[in-house]
This record gives sequence, structure tokens and C-alpha cells, in this order.
Amino acid sequence: MIYLDNSATTKPYPEVIDSFSQVAQQFYGNPSSIHSFGLRSERLLNQARKQAAHLIDVDESEIVFTSGGTEGNNMAIKGIAFAHQNRGKHIITSQIEHPSVLETCRSLEEQGFRVTYLPVNNNGVISPIDLEKAITEETILVSIMHVNNELGTIQPIQEVGQIVSKYPKVFFHVDHVQGFGKISLDFYDCLIDLVTISGHKIHGLRGTGILFVKKGTKISPLFHGGEQENKFRAGTENLASIVSMVKAVRLILEQQQIKSDQLRALSNKLKKSLKTINGIMINTPEKHADHIVNISIPGYKPEVIIHALAEKDIFISTKSACSSKQPDESAILVACGFDKEIRNSGLRISLSYENTIEEIEQFCTELQDVLLQLSGIMR
Amino acid sequence: MNGIYLDNAATSPVHPEVIKVMQKSLEEVYGNPSSIHQYGRKARQTLDNARKVAASSIGANEKNITFTSGGTEADNLALIGTALANQDKGKHIITTTIEHHAILHAAESLEKQDFTVTYLQVQSNGQINVQDLKDALTDETIVVSVMMVNNETGIIQPIKEIGEILKGHQAYFHTDAVQAYGLLDIDVDKLGVDLLTVSSHKVNGPKGVGFLYINENVKISSLQHGGQQERKKRPGTENVTGIIGFQKAIELAQAERDDRNLAYNTYKQLFLKKLESEKVSFSINGDLENAIPSIVNISFPGTNVEQLLTNFDLSGISASSGSACTAGSVEPSHVLSAMYGSSNDRTINSIRFSFGLPNSEDEVTEAATRVASIINRLIK
Ligand SMILES: Cc1ncc(COP(=O)(O)O)c(C=O)c1O
Ligand SMILES: Cc1ncc(COP(=O)(O)O)c(C=O)c1O
Repeated sequence: MIYLDNSATTKPYPEVIDSFSQVAQQFYGNPSSIHSFGLRSERLLNQARKQAAHLIDVDESEIVFTSGGTEGNNMAIKGIAFAHQNRGKHIITSQIEHPSVLETCRSLEEQGFRVTYLPVNNNGVISPIDLEKAITEETILVSIMHVNNELGTIQPIQEVGQIVSKYPKVFFHVDHVQGFGKISLDFYDCLIDLVTISGHKIHGLRGTGILFVKKGTKISPLFHGGEQENKFRAGTENLASIVSMVKAVRLILEQQQIKSDQLRALSNKLKKSLKTINGIMINTPEKHADHIVNISIPGYKPEVIIHALAEKDIFISTKSACSSKQPDESAILVACGFDKEIRNSGLRISLSYENTIEEIEQFCTELQDVLLQLSGIMR
Repeated sequence: MNGIYLDNAATSPVHPEVIKVMQKSLEEVYGNPSSIHQYGRKARQTLDNARKVAASSIGANEKNITFTSGGTEADNLALIGTALANQDKGKHIITTTIEHHAILHAAESLEKQDFTVTYLQVQSNGQINVQDLKDALTDETIVVSVMMVNNETGIIQPIKEIGEILKGHQAYFHTDAVQAYGLLDIDVDKLGVDLLTVSSHKVNGPKGVGFLYINENVKISSLQHGGQQERKKRPGTENVTGIIGFQKAIELAQAERDDRNLAYNTYKQLFLKKLESEKVSFSINGDLENAIPSIVNISFPGTNVEQLLTNFDLSGISASSGSACTAGSVEPSHVLSAMYGSSNDRTINSIRFSFGLPNSEDEVTEAATRVASIINRLIK
């Protein structure tokens, strides 16, 4: 099998699975319980939080464990919106955010908030000038993703942070789900207040995530109940999954240290080979996160290609998995101003540090084969 | 001294078979269920199977099961989701003073948004009086939330009667069945329930998973927005592994339900008998006849909770003073205050013992012996 759909979800690292099983078996106390079973669990939870904070280089009080990227984004955006609506009801985001950001903003529009969706240029990048122009007295939040999940475009987070910091009342949220472990981001340096991370995109378990909430940032919680997670998130802590996700955080950051160059080489090799295949357009701009390469093959239905590749045990995807149920058109490619036939035939190849150069070569050969076959059928 | 875990209502150990299927799934099913390739489809099928199992366990249709990250999220979704979606029909909510904080605090958050909430009192037997519910119902009432089994006392509420009362009324009926599930026979149609909460980690499944049953006639807003998952009621990449583990826990609970009821009942009897034979002075909070086998809440006059818990823990016994979420602070129990009044000593000298899979008859008897010697020493 050649798995090139790592932006949809990743295979958990074996160490992550081990740590999950171990904790699930050995630490079954509820961290909120005051007896020794509970205390052991609480200690482990605190340790995991400390380690996560250390690895991400933030304070442990700033780590909120969540059930994933979607919850993190919802909690950040709704949390700021509801806690600060008396100061203003304007939010700025971009047109190419993940549905968990866009749909949350839309739901807020229904509740009387105003949302500006910043456009992007042909490379899928927002303009900091547009952003600054959009900020008003009413603005309470700017939410911009770091790495786009379909295109791999990197947004100028540092610049955005600089601009937003000129307006002390405006909070800055970054969806870092696709960037974490691939493209470094210094939360403090970039003057970010909230950052979303998802466990299953970094070889951790599904149903896990982290929301960084900078000290002193007030947000209203999504769920009410117990006082877990500093009152930011009620509900019995998913200890085994949390501990194993923190292991994934450690491992992916190690991989980033060791294997970034290798990943870049894979990505370059991929693009170079794809360029030699007739009819393939590379949509991902020149400068991008190495693990995501978006292409279009006009004239071919993306699902047909995906299924043909799957027959050969190779896995890639169309648009982001979350919106794959909609018709072919990619909203992201539309926002970038691509022609109709390109935006209706987008394919995403997404790599992990585990992929090899042989896999990339084989993928390109097989893709070429598939196209030959399909063109034979079609003509 | 060997540890004896009598706090299964706070959370229960994951069944070894549950861990096994989860491990296997982690190694195998790692597609995203929304992906259209075969790994995605395999993950989707797995999810559909689990949904069927969950649905059939409460006599529901699979399309009415929404998987969540746990009981707290399901409770919040049920209460806030229906309140927000139906506020055009009225802004009145009815619940009880003894609900879990997931419901109570969700209700308080709705009060801040101009909803009116009636908190029904309970009688000293731990049950609400259904006449109070009838009296509280108005044309403005849009949702009634009453838990099936209280987590501190184990007292079973008259859910079926409430369902009957609400039959002709616009208000939806939600019940938090977190502590009932796996032991009581639950059929949503027979009970007349529109929404029902279940949490996996209370039935020897993994933490971080639960489900909310939502009848198809219920209008509900989601708390979170994003992808199309869970019929848009709960977006986010599905926690396939957690859900598979939950499915296994459900299957085991269904298959072993009678045995578990029998065993926990025996444990409770043995425990109480031993206390009696050791001449411990105690009284049971709530009506033993209306209690679920797994939970017993006992008041030990002349003691106090903190002293008890510390001594129990030193002798290896894990029990608790209330729900785990508040236990950290050892505040007087809101449930016992509701039953007996906040100045009653029971609120500060009561302990919840809850039985579960890891226990055995010998263990429970041994625990009672240790408890008895501690109490008898303390009140000398
Ligand atoms: C950029 C981005 N944000 C958020 C999410 C949502 O994360 P999760 O699947 O953990 O809910 C995803 C993945 O689907 C994503 O790619
Ligand atoms: C009655 C009841 N409802 C809800 C919950 C919350 O469930 P969870 O811990 O899965 O969030 C609990 C457990 O803490 C409970 O006992």
C-alpha cells in the first residue's frame, strides 16, 4: 500500500498505540477523583500537559486538551465571539479556511455577528493589507489558518500577528492543524492568542487535539459541566488518548527535526515527476508546505482517478475529506481564481515523514498508467 | 494493602476485550470515513456497524444516533441544542435539582440567554414527584430533562411516567441515561424519550466517546460546525477507534446485563450485611428499592466526608463523596442537599460506593470489613 492521504488522517505511530493501550489498562481512575486511583491518573494527566507545553514551548496553563481540530476551532471562534460580543461583533477570517472555521463563522452570522472573509491571490495567500483594511472598531477576532489543507499554501502568520497586535482588543486565532509538525510556528513570537492542533493529523489518535489559549484570554466554553481543563472544557478527560497524543507530538517534532529535508526532497521529486506527465497541472504554488501537493488533470473526473489508483493500492484524495461529499468543485481552488476545469478536477497528494522516494516514483508511474488507460477508454 | 476500586460510577476500567479491538482497529482501520477511497470506506462501514449496535441497544433507529466525545457533550448538545432551535415555541425548560453538572451548568448558561429554567425538587426518597412536573409544565415549555439514574444515589427516576405525561405536549423529553445504561432495560419508544445520553467510559468502554439519541422529529441546533459528519449534528473527523471500542463495550454489556445486575446486587447486599454484622451505625440515602444495583450511597453519622475518604484511601478503598467532577473539592453534595436540605448532616458524612466489573464477592466483603473497622474506630 502507498498511502498519500496523510492530510485526511494519518496512521498512528506504533509507540502511540502502545502508550494508549498501556494507559487505558493501567490508569483507569478518573483524574478528578481524590482517591489514589484518581490521583495516579491526575498525575499522569498533569505530566502529559507539562510535556505538551514543553514541546510546544508554551506554558502548561495554556494547553487545553480537546476532542480534535473541529472542536478546537469551534471553541476558539465561538468562545471569543460569545465572551467578547459586548465589545464588538465583527470577525475576520479568510475564504480558504477549513469548514470547521467557515461554518462556525456562518453560524455566528446567523446570530448577528458580521464576518469578513478575506480573499486570496492566485497563490492562495491573503493580503496583509486587505486584512488591516478590514479591521474596525467592532472587530474582536482574526482567524487565519497557517497551512491550507488542500493546497498546502502557507499564510503570512507572523505579519498577520504584527498587524493584529496593533489592535490590542482583537484576538488572533490560527488553525495550525495542517502545519503542526511540518512548518514551525512560534506562538508567542507571532503574537497569537489561540492555536488549534489535531492529534490524528500527526499520527496520534482520532478524537484528540490541543487548543492553545494564551494566558489571560477569556473564552466561553462550548460545553458546560465539570471543571476539567481549567474550566475551558467540561467532560471526563480522555486520559489514554491524551497521553498517547502527547507522545505523537514529541515524535512528530523529532521527525520534523530529522526529516524535513527528506520530505522536501520527496515533494520536489513528486512535483518534478508530475510535471513530466502530460495534462497534469500543479495547483500548489511554488512556495508551499512540502507535505501537500495539489494537482488537476482537466478532463478526468477526480473520483475515477482515485478509484483507479485505489485498485493499485495507492491512496490519494480529492478535496479535504470533510467536504468530499459535495460535488467536485473545490471552494479553495475557486477562491484562488482557477479555471472551471481545473477547480473541478483537483486532486490532493499528501505526504508524511514515513513516505519513501520509491513510493513517490511508483505512484507517478502508476498515475501515468492510469491516465493512459483512462484516455484509452475515453477516446 | 491491595486496592479495592468501588468508584465504578466515576469511571470504569476498560474491558480487556475493548482494548483488544481498539488496538486492532488502530493498526487496521486508519482511513478517514469521509475519504472516498477504500480505507475511507472501510472506516465508514465500521462506523455504521457501531451505530447499528448502539441504536439496537436502546430500541432506536441507527440514523438517530449521534456519536459525541462523551456524556458531557451529549448532555450539552441535547439541552442547548434543543433550546436554541425551538426558542420560537417558548423559552421554558424543566429539569431537576439533582442532575449532573453537565445538565445543570448547561441550564444555567441558558438562563443567561434569557431562558427560564424550573428545577424540580426531589423527595427524600431521591425521586421527583411527577405531580410537580405536571404543575411546572406550561405552553412555553420546550424541553424537559430528567436523568434516568442519579449518579450519586443510584436512584431511578420515573422516566416512563414522565414520558406519558409529555406525550401530548410540545416539549421534548431528554434523559441522561449515563448511569442507567448497561443495567436497565432501555427502549426509547416505550419510555417516550426523544433524546437520551450515554457515555462509554461508564460501561467499561474508552473515555472520550458517548452518544446522543435524537428522535428524527426533534429540531436541534448543533453546538459545533464544520464538516458533514454525524448528519451535521456533530462535525469533526470521527473517532473511529473510540467508537469501535464503545461498540464492543455495548455488546459486552448487552450480553452480560443479567449477570452484571445479579452480581452488583449481590455485592451491594454483601456490603450492607457486613456493615450490619460489624455493628456499624449507618443509613442509606434514598430508597434502596428504587436504586440501581451498582450504586449505594451511605451516611455514617458522626463522621465527615474528608476524614472518611482519607481513611478509606489509606486502607486501599476507592470510593467517592459525589460525582467525580466535584469530588476534587469535596463540596457538600448538591444531590443530598436537594433530598435532605443543605443543613442535614447527611450532606457531609455520606459516601458513594459503586460496584463494577473489577470487583468480586470476596473483595466487596473485604472492603466492607475495612470500612467497618474505620467507622467504628472513628466514632468511638
Ligand atoms: C486545516 C484543518 N482544520 C481543521 C480540521 C479538523 O480537524 P479534526 O478532523 O480533528 O476535527 C482539519 C482536518 O480535517 C484541517 O485540515
Ligand atoms: C449522570 C451523568 N451524566 C453525565 C456524565 C458526564 O459524562 P462524561 O464523563 O462522559 O462527560 C456523568 C459522568 O461524569 C454522569 O454520571
